[in-house]
Amino acid sequence: MSEKLGFWRTYLFSTDHKTIAKQYFTLGLLWAIVGGLTAYLMRWQLAFPDTEVPGWGFIAPDFYNMLVTMHGTILVFFVAMPILLATFGNFLIPLMIGARDMAFPRLNMLSFWVFALASLVLLISFFVPGGAASAGWTGYPPLSAKADYTGVGWGINLWILALALEFISFLMGGINFLTTTINLRAPGMTFFRLPLIIWMQITAAVLFMLSVGPLIAGAVMLLMDRTLGTTFYLPEGGGEPLLWQHLFWFFGHPEVYVILLPGLGMVLETMPAFSRKPIFGYRPIIYSTIAAGILSFIVWAHHQFISGMDPRLAMPFSITTIIISVPFALIVFAMIATLWRASIHFSTPMLFALGTLSVFILGGLTGIFNGSAPIDIYIHDTYFVVAHFHYTLFSATFFAGFAGITYWFPKMFGRMMNETLGKIHFWLTFIFFNATFIPMHFVGLGGMMRRIANPMEYEFLKSLQPVNEFITVCAILLLISQIPFVVNFLWSMIRGSVAERNPWQANTLEWSAPSPPPHGNFETIPVVYRSPYEYSSPEATEDWLPQDRPLTPSAAARQ
Amino acid sequence: MNSTAETITATGIPSGKIGVWWFLASEITVFGGFIASYIVVRLGSSGWSEAAAHLNFSLALVNTFVLLTSSLTMVLAFAAVEGGNRKRLRTYLWLTILLGLTFLAIKAFEYGGEIAAGFTPGAGIFWSFYYGMTGLHALHVLGGVVVNLILLFATLRGLLKPNEHRVELAGLYWHFVDIVWIFLFPLLYLT
Amino acid sequence: MLNWFPENISTFGGEIDSLFYLILYITGAWFIATEGLIVFFLIRFRRRQGSKAAYLPGETLRQASWILVPCVVVLVLDLWIDFRGAAVWAKVKGGMPPSDLRIQVTAKQFNWEIVYPGPDGKLGTADDLLMENELHVPAGKVVHVVLKSKDVIHSFFLPNLRLKQDIVPGREIEAWFEATKPGKYEIPCAELCGFGHSGMNGWLHVHTADDYAKWVREQWPSEK
Repeated sequence: MSEKLGFWRTYLFSTDHKTIAKQYFTLGLLWAIVGGLTAYLMRWQLAFPDTEVPGWGFIAPDFYNMLVTMHGTILVFFVAMPILLATFGNFLIPLMIGARDMAFPRLNMLSFWVFALASLVLLISFFVPGGAASAGWTGYPPLSAKADYTGVGWGINLWILALALEFISFLMGGINFLTTTINLRAPGMTFFRLPLIIWMQITAAVLFMLSVGPLIAGAVMLLMDRTLGTTFYLPEGGGEPLLWQHLFWFFGHPEVYVILLPGLGMVLETMPAFSRKPIFGYRPIIYSTIAAGILSFIVWAHHQFISGMDPRLAMPFSITTIIISVPFALIVFAMIATLWRASIHFSTPMLFALGTLSVFILGGLTGIFNGSAPIDIYIHDTYFVVAHFHYTLFSATFFAGFAGITYWFPKMFGRMMNETLGKIHFWLTFIFFNATFIPMHFVGLGGMMRRIANPMEYEFLKSLQPVNEFITVCAILLLISQIPFVVNFLWSMIRGSVAERNPWQANTLEWSAPSPPPHGNFETIPVVYRSPYEYSSPEATEDWLPQDRPLTPSAAARQ
Repeated sequence: MNSTAETITATGIPSGKIGVWWFLASEITVFGGFIASYIVVRLGSSGWSEAAAHLNFSLALVNTFVLLTSSLTMVLAFAAVEGGNRKRLRTYLWLTILLGLTFLAIKAFEYGGEIAAGFTPGAGIFWSFYYGMTGLHALHVLGGVVVNLILLFATLRGLLKPNEHRVELAGLYWHFVDIVWIFLFPLLYLT
Repeated sequence: MLNWFPENISTFGGEIDSLFYLILYITGAWFIATEGLIVFFLIRFRRRQGSKAAYLPGETLRQASWILVPCVVVLVLDLWIDFRGAAVWAKVKGGMPPSDLRIQVTAKQFNWEIVYPGPDGKLGTADDLLMENELHVPAGKVVHVVLKSKDVIHSFFLPNLRLKQDIVPGREIEAWFEATKPGKYEIPCAELCGFGHSGMNGWLHVHTADDYAKWVREQWPSEK
């Protein structure tokens, strides 16, 4: 443990879970910048069609399709997953369960470098002849299965390859998450003493590992169709285009929860610490999470109500979809109940946690509309759906991500972030997020289709154009609102005031390690005596009671 | 191995074993997805049996025996590790590798005959699935051969401790690949 | 009632719209209740001098019922939405009311090829008439549309009729509608279908019975 590692082993080819977490975070943030750029270009084109985008130029329709495709691909697979799952999972799992590292540190390093390779492949795909993938992030064949239909050759092949590598990376990561949590828990850390974010992370890992397989098979078929001349998805060769949709969405819906659950986990960690109150209903939340995870495997065809599948299948899927609101409602109610009779401190992480909660509620409620098969006939593939999934995924990725990063920044970098800049960042983000995406619901109800480059080509959408312009202005302001975060993040890393071990007086184990924790994390492996949210416990004199603090000497001796 | 990986585990099961089981669970869904796709698409259209009749059944039957035998040698390799007999371990690892390569060689010969007869991957939906499923399976066999080669080199260089559980883990994977073939063989050749 | 949707001119559109409003009222009530409660709690239970949070883990059934009972209410409302939805779905997609007017729409990158059966009422005969992007139908009459694609997946979208149906190559999918109001409406493609997806658009002309008869006479002048 004490051996000195050189530069390469310390910063690049590190097996330390904390360094790997930071590597994922860095790459995720870089991709977020690209994702933000694609959003800017698309929004400008939609508001002011066929005018020159400031700082870029004109946007041709096929380039617009590439933007649409890459925006989705990047944000889901190269921003949300590396940040929510890989960064926080890697950083928190060993620290929160009281382990010195992951179960397979070298596999962990390999996971990151496979992800880096996936990033490289995706990056290269922008520059190959024919351009990057432009068949939508869902890549529906036959459009994606034959180069003639899009004019994109290697762009889509590399896109498939990048996704396959990304899946392999997260499969290895998932194996590590699960094995670590099962096997490396500190003495006394039973499953029902695990912090909720760990439950969320491992549920997400299981969902990912059990749902991605069919899509890997599907991706193999798609790549074979494009390169070897097979006809899995091409009807002229006896293939079935809808097969891809089933394989994609069988993965796609669990994937939503792969992103969402860790996000909710961050809220569930932040909220009790700044409410000074135990999370309300620890076990019901765990059972709900598992129930939602299981249900997520039998809802996938709600993406395909009007896809041409047998209409008799629609109602069963509609019912399971709408019923999945029950476990999530429970988690939301539990969060609200945690605030009841609390002592709420409005720190930056808490503001972002509350932001996640309030935004996620709206995203969940609009999901009921989408889940209702008859309503979906009309709103399918409109901006109502776009608004809905930005409410759920933006809340999980960015609001919850910011809650997590501002909460654990002291532990990650040993310094405090600036609260004033943090609050400015929160309020700007919260206001402009809602100003961007609430109007988008109405544009969708007006009938505006997704993935069209120019709404002015349609008579019935012309009256919506002022709303589109308003959305674009707010979206640009939302992007600009991230500057305070970047400044705060970089400045605090170097100049922030030095953080103590437990600046928030929180209970979970990571706060009993030094800030930042050294390689190996703990001086001695902690012993766990209680559940993670014993705030304001009548047993303690202070309003917090860490998991590893023995109340009496005899309790310590027994362990 | 890294010292942190070898700490006492909370469950008493070696971490490697838990990891491999999770890996196999996700592998099952890969082939499960492929096989389910095959069944669903096949039920929805016709002309599959006629195409399947062009496959070389007897070669595939031989290949099935080759792969089953390799599972047996893999079990014997594991037994050799348990018994601490390094020489027998080497022999059985060699045999397993050779049988794996034999399987791949026969498979390649089969592909060659089919392509020569005009049944390329683009010859129809049955052939798409045939090449897709057996190809993905062959890649897994190749992966297993590489894993066994790594273990063999480890024994040759004396790196493999007696009681080494890596052979058991490799065996779990090898049996899985074998079982996948047990599903593919009747689905493709016997229908 | 705010007018968010394009004007409805379909016989089943009203039911889709009213189901939408049912869900809107239910979810709207939950939205106000939950967000209102959050804001109230944030103000009421903000950190103050000398105040201490209550210790309420919510693990006992008595405490947990504060969140379990609302969940039961959610479940009941979910089922209500499902049952209402099932009825509407059965009407729109469950079966097709009979009709003697069958029009074929073949999608291709990036146009709608619309084939009229002609006076014999049969598709695939000599008197068929092909028009690009122009769909003429009479008001007050059930129309069957046979949807086919020549290349990729498209989606046949009639916003004013609350009808959308993906078109999958290799399949023939049938949809139906009955327009109630004469006029000219758009038929955009709603599924990404290539570089010309944006702007893939057609026109639906709903005629009164007299106008439609006149249009038919103009197209097939030799017939009586």
